[in-house]
Amino acid sequence: MKPDMRGETVLEVRDLHTHFFLRRGVVKAVDGVSFSLRRGEVLGLVGESGCGKSLTALSLMRLLPKGGAQTIKGEVLLNGENILERTPAEMREIRGRRISMVLQDPQTSLNPVFSIGDQLREAIVRRKRASHVDVMKEAVEALRRVEIAAPEQRIGQYPHQLSGGMKQRVVGAIAISGEPGVLIADEPTTALDVTIQLQYLKLLKRLQAETGMAILFITHDFGVVGRMCDRVAVMYAGRIVECGPVRQIFEAPQHPSTRALIASVPKMTGPVGRLTTIEGQPPSLMNLPVGCRFASRCPLVEQRCLDAYPAEVRVGDAHTADCWKVTPA
Amino acid sequence: MKRYIARRLMQGVILLFMVATIVFFLGRLTGNPVDLMLPEDATAEDRTALIQTLGLDGSVLDQYAIFVGKAMHGDLGMSIRMKQPASEAFFDRLPNTLVLIPWAILLGMMLGIPLGVVAAVNRGGMLDRAAGTVAVLGVAMPSFWLGVLLIFVFSVELGWLPSGRMGGPSHYVLPVITLGTFLVAGFMRITRSAMLEVMESEFVKLARIKGLSEAVVIWKHCLRNALIPVLTLWGVFVGNLITGAIVTETVFAWPGIGRLTYEAVIYRDFPLLQAVIILKSILILSINLGVDILYAYVDPRIRLT
Repeated sequence: MKPDMRGETVLEVRDLHTHFFLRRGVVKAVDGVSFSLRRGEVLGLVGESGCGKSLTALSLMRLLPKGGAQTIKGEVLLNGENILERTPAEMREIRGRRISMVLQDPQTSLNPVFSIGDQLREAIVRRKRASHVDVMKEAVEALRRVEIAAPEQRIGQYPHQLSGGMKQRVVGAIAISGEPGVLIADEPTTALDVTIQLQYLKLLKRLQAETGMAILFITHDFGVVGRMCDRVAVMYAGRIVECGPVRQIFEAPQHPSTRALIASVPKMTGPVGRLTTIEGQPPSLMNLPVGCRFASRCPLVEQRCLDAYPAEVRVGDAHTADCWKVTPA
Repeated sequence: MKRYIARRLMQGVILLFMVATIVFFLGRLTGNPVDLMLPEDATAEDRTALIQTLGLDGSVLDQYAIFVGKAMHGDLGMSIRMKQPASEAFFDRLPNTLVLIPWAILLGMMLGIPLGVVAAVNRGGMLDRAAGTVAVLGVAMPSFWLGVLLIFVFSVELGWLPSGRMGGPSHYVLPVITLGTFLVAGFMRITRSAMLEVMESEFVKLARIKGLSEAVVIWKHCLRNALIPVLTLWGVFVGNLITGAIVTETVFAWPGIGRLTYEAVIYRDFPLLQAVIILKSILILSINLGVDILYAYVDPRIRLT
């Protein structure tokens, strides 16, 4: 989808802070994340494990794990309405209908003791009250939409009778059955075989083209990003450090952490050598440095990087990076 | 599966032999039934005659050999006091105990499962602690005390319910409460821990993503999964009830196998005691085996291994 075809902003996240309040201290898992998502757009949210991608997603759904996690600051504007201010009951109305989510592991995302049809039906009846027969027809249709063969038979089956790829399709069908405007896909293909991954990504693309929903695509795989996304936001230690159109990020990554991430993608061409890794460890989210969070692993580090967090620099058309060393466009 | 069942049956036979041996010698340690049966002015000849009739002459080891030999042919001897085959006495009384068990389990489940769910949902909160207190009380209250307390309140003081013996529906209330209270705690604790585990699942997250209400998420999606471990404990509970009925049946003069066991001990009715313990063991072993087979049948993953 070309930028000019994109519609209005459907989701805007401003300065989101989600912290874990533990006895040992405060873990700043999400610490000032801002981005926006337009209708029909796929935004990739990329970063190492533990950088706060999934917690960002759960903050948007307001389904943070129990045990001290709390969104303490920021705004999540869904069609201009700050859903962080909604009551739990209002939030339930919003979930599934306006913002929905696909989880990482299809093996555990479906309830083992209810049939596929039952689990789909629950999502469908929220949207419209209809007779059992009509709802079941619609459930079959929903399965067909996610390219499940022989949906009439599958509908009565239980999760353990389906393959991982099929389960993830069913999860997808459930997630979009409320016709949400925003879909969060949290590493939806990580648990699938490589061949199945590609099919699933194509399916997501097709569903998006049909419905015009915006997708926040969370992954740590830059290969998937290139296939799926229009724009990419790179996260590091709880913050988005670079954000821009996918081509620009690939061709001219600005932030050293983005460069390191891209360099660590194994290449199919050239001699087989050691895989590139990023030296060192990300900082403890309980004890973050005052300066740039990547400083301790950055090859370009200087004194000012350690002294203060860099401001967001506009490095190109809709392309920003938080780094002292980049030159503004 | 056949090999599994065969192995379990073999283990059962060995276990039964051990149980029979222990109960035989333990019983002999309590004394002699003859002293209880004879009037005070009985002569030495009367005594010898009675000992001979009861087969209590000869060394203990000889008696043991005779007992084992007969038991292998299914003959568990005559009850000394009841003058009828001991196994017959057992099977006459068994139905009276079995009619109590479903009601006790039902009571335990109807109170224990909701309490467990509430405790899990409010983990660490007031309701969790309150439910935990109920559980501790249920386990800690001995049934002889609870039974007597119930009789005192509802039979003696209020006069609402009969204090004992079998009869119409009102006779069941107090014994069932006494038996069921112990189970409430068991069901509550198992439900609570199963719920806590299930509530962490990804499918619960997906149910919330769908926008389902908290009630549907907890009472439908979580509870249905949490019930699987709860149901597998049925076997254990039925076993507990069969053995645990001794005190309750004695308190309420309920003519079941629990009271029969008590009588066998009190009157030193060795053949009856041996028969009761062996037959109860067979019953519990069969229930456990049955539950394991059933479990394998219900869960295909177990069936395959």
